[in-house]
Amino acid sequence: MKKQAGVWYSLPLFAWVTLFFLIPIGMVLLYSVLSRGNFGGVKAELSLDGFAALGNPAFLKTVGITLLIALVSTVLTILVALPASYYIARTKNNLTLLVLVIIPFWVNFLIRVFAWMAVLGREGFVNDLLRWTGLTQEPIQFLFNIGAVIIVHVYTYLPFAILPLYATIEKFDFGLLEAARDLGADHLTSLKKILLPNIRGGIITAILFTFIPILGSYAISDLVGGKDGYMLGNSIAYYIGKANNWPRASAIAVVLTLITSLGLMVYFLLNRSQQKTLVEEEVK
Amino acid sequence: MGKLIGSEIRIEGVSKSFADTQVLKDVSLTIKKGEFFSLLGPSGCGKTTLLRILAGFEQPEQGIVTLDGNDILPLAANERPVNTVFQNYALFPHLSVFENIAFPLRLKKVAAKEIKKRVFDYLDLVQLRGQENKKPHQMSGGQRQRVSIARALISEPKVLLLDEPLSALDAKLRHQLLMDLDLIHDQVGITFVYVTHDQSEALSVSDRVAVMSQGKVLQIGSPIEIYESPADSFVASFIGETNFMEGKVNAVDGRMITIESDKLGPIKVTVDSGHRQGPFVVGDKVRHTIRPEKIRIQTTKPNESADNVINGIVFEVIYSGFQSRIYVDLDNGFRFKIFKQHVQYLEVGHEIKWNEKVYLWWNPDDGYVVEKLV
Repeated sequence: MKKQAGVWYSLPLFAWVTLFFLIPIGMVLLYSVLSRGNFGGVKAELSLDGFAALGNPAFLKTVGITLLIALVSTVLTILVALPASYYIARTKNNLTLLVLVIIPFWVNFLIRVFAWMAVLGREGFVNDLLRWTGLTQEPIQFLFNIGAVIIVHVYTYLPFAILPLYATIEKFDFGLLEAARDLGADHLTSLKKILLPNIRGGIITAILFTFIPILGSYAISDLVGGKDGYMLGNSIAYYIGKANNWPRASAIAVVLTLITSLGLMVYFLLNRSQQKTLVEEEVK
Repeated sequence: MGKLIGSEIRIEGVSKSFADTQVLKDVSLTIKKGEFFSLLGPSGCGKTTLLRILAGFEQPEQGIVTLDGNDILPLAANERPVNTVFQNYALFPHLSVFENIAFPLRLKKVAAKEIKKRVFDYLDLVQLRGQENKKPHQMSGGQRQRVSIARALISEPKVLLLDEPLSALDAKLRHQLLMDLDLIHDQVGITFVYVTHDQSEALSVSDRVAVMSQGKVLQIGSPIEIYESPADSFVASFIGETNFMEGKVNAVDGRMITIESDKLGPIKVTVDSGHRQGPFVVGDKVRHTIRPEKIRIQTTKPNESADNVINGIVFEVIYSGFQSRIYVDLDNGFRFKIFKQHVQYLEVGHEIKWNEKVYLWWNPDDGYVVEKLV
């Protein structure tokens, strides 16, 4: 058999993945089945206490809210990012627009979240505007609820969705839309039947780049979520930082990882079956 | 699959500009029902823009475009009974060959059974039966273009537009597909409008050809008319190759005129009574041509009765199997281009070589006065 060339070239990657991914994940798994140390940390005694409380309604509610926030934010992000990337790909000065998409990264993430607090707060810009136009008398509480968490997530992850979408749309042959119209499709049908299936890779990437980070998000819900927008990330932080319950925090992290992996699997399965139905349609 | 009915296309006074450049200048032409009509011209002559106006992708600033008398300019591309075969095929990469061809029918919500039947009919037409489950990227260029032709024909349009459909294919495949296109045209019977910059493509399959340059139609006619009696010097040089000469008419004797010039002496040319540039009178300054394949070349002096005898020295011989391209220089620097068909091996007893003294002559019937010079 031919000797496979370049096996050793993957050594740095292998070391990196082992050191920073496999070992930490292993530790999280291990901690989740150990018992709680008195002042943080863990004791070397097996225990399932970490998982015990995960069945209670309060925790399930947090799981539900986290999923809801991640789902709604992802859908909204994609809905905003799709037309935006389409426009950027089709316009001439797309470099300028791409730079504008990236510019927010130049400002520290936390500062940008604080900026949203200034915009949405009781004395914030939006409330000032509403009162000035006379639409409202009293300030409206925009912050510290699920809505605020979703808005800031959409804002934060928009560039992560726009960039992969732009990259695929930019490579799309727009002559195909012309061909579709020539063959009798109206504008919307040609976008739906020709553009969308051909940029599916970009859409999947954009969904993964938004949904997964939002699922584990912590800072945004901490700052603008209040008690309604409390997510799994906050829960983990609480058990590590305040409650000194590392097994519990690890157990939640394990649950989160499971949800993410399950979500990915469902997505890929759906994706595959969708391709299958296309094939079946052909046969009919 | 029965024979379909094509449309008559009338284009009247169509003009179109992009930014500062006017790409179509007052173009008028009529394409007959069921005709195989070519728009021929160099790149940038406006032929593709004219095609895109017919397809509905561009709107002219001025002019009228009708199909069988009905104005089609207000109709969007998807509402016109006109389909296009694109240069780069424009097949949908995510769909199989079957689904690509079925696409127009699916849009019309045709019943699945009917779709299947018709797709297979058209697969037969383009000789791709058995390939229906392939994806476009699994096929060769020629096969892809066949899929594209089937897809454009399946909704039974009145007009098929072909935008340089063969330019991405190699020469052999191009000839094959060209013949197939001709057959398909005979079978479906609708009007074909074929855009190309390749004169041999246009001449070989078209019923009529419109030669375009710089946004204008220079000549419309059958391939023979365009080749044998070109409207002007541009058409004469763009279609095939030719030798241009200039001189002054110094005798008119019925259909025969004699054109005198310092470099070539008297040259006799026959002109028809209905000649585009005629009638000719003594003193007219004219540009006339002789096609390279119509010049005879020999190493011995032609007999006395031959007209238009010129002698010179062979400057270059380019051999290409079925013919040789021979350049012959006169003493005064005038150069003739001759295509010698190799109808017989070593016709003059030996190969014509560089620096050899040769005689050229041609029949006055083969000369053509292409332009009157002012």
